Amino acid sequence: MALEAEQIKNRLETEFETSVSNFRFERDGMLTFDVEATKNLEVIRFLKEDAELRFNFLTDICGVHYPDFPEGERFAVVYHMHNWMDNVRILFKCFLNGKNPEINSIVPLFVGANWQERETYDFYGIIFKGHPQLKRILNMEEMTVFPMRKEYPMEDVGRTDKDDRFFGRIK
Amino acid sequence: MEQKIKTVQAPDGIEGPGFFATKLSEVVGLARANSLWPMPFATSCCGIEFMATMGSTYDLGRFGSERLSYSPRQADMLMVMGTISKKFAPVIRRIYEQMAEPKWVMAVGACASSGGIFDTYSVLQGIDKIIPVDIYVPGCPPRPEQILDGILKLQEIVKKEDIRRRGTEEYDKLLKSYNIK
Repeated sequence: MALEAEQIKNRLETEFETSVSNFRFERDGMLTFDVEATKNLEVIRFLKEDAELRFNFLTDICGVHYPDFPEGERFAVVYHMHNWMDNVRILFKCFLNGKNPEINSIVPLFVGANWQERETYDFYGIIFKGHPQLKRILNMEEMTVFPMRKEYPMEDVGRTDKDDRFFGRIK
Repeated sequence: MEQKIKTVQAPDGIEGPGFFATKLSEVVGLARANSLWPMPFATSCCGIEFMATMGSTYDLGRFGSERLSYSPRQADMLMVMGTISKKFAPVIRRIYEQMAEPKWVMAVGACASSGGIFDTYSVLQGIDKIIPVDIYVPGCPPRPEQILDGILKLQEIVKKEDIRRRGTEEYDKLLKSYNIK
């Protein structure tokens, strides 16, 4: 007996009411919904420990920056979870405000979240409250910016061989 | 008599019965150029081409560089092959500083020379931003022939280099511009 999307939705809505919303299917058919950022730890604990849902595996955590969204939802943390018993995957987003993006760390629930949260912090500057060691993981420690935020240029400013004169783009 | 084994040509000098006179710098240059010990620093696909260069088909050993030195202290030339991220830059600089004089540096491939396709915040835009480079080998990745050509060109530099170039004002200035003691 497979775990149906409708069942997941009902189970979550009875437990968390309006804290979970906007249930939808993304193009690949994966059940997707939004979770209030303050409730992320409880929702994940419920998804993991509930006898019916059994989302035992945290596939990934990542961040998104939406510079054009309203101030309250400029950043999103995306959680992917997988139920191995029924082979069902879900995805949900927690929106954070642009000035002070903060969310609870889920390291107490999934130890594997440690590096994924560090990576998200490294690239987006999202603070995971309660993380045991929130510091940069991939970029060099001297870096002062969060490079995946849209306000920072992708290209390196020190590049010298991309001179417009050599490409006929002189103004 | 036709020579079957190719040997290195003797430098210009005065030859007579039982003696041969030439400049010491030429002899030293000859010795240095034909036994360059490479310190391979392979971080990506250029490193794979280097493996082919060391293999029997291309065989860098023919030019006196078959002995790879994985310790920078015993190496003469640093071969940087591949993308160097900014986080990695201090490591490569430390390796350069550990090498004993005389030392030469070869940037193999587009990434080591200029950053290549990785025009991005995390990648060092050419190793010449942190250490002085003697030879650039273009290509993405360069073929083993190109790497060999680069080494032969470097040998020419080594041969002609004054034995006292290290320690000259010009050289000190170069190192100073990279902030290397």
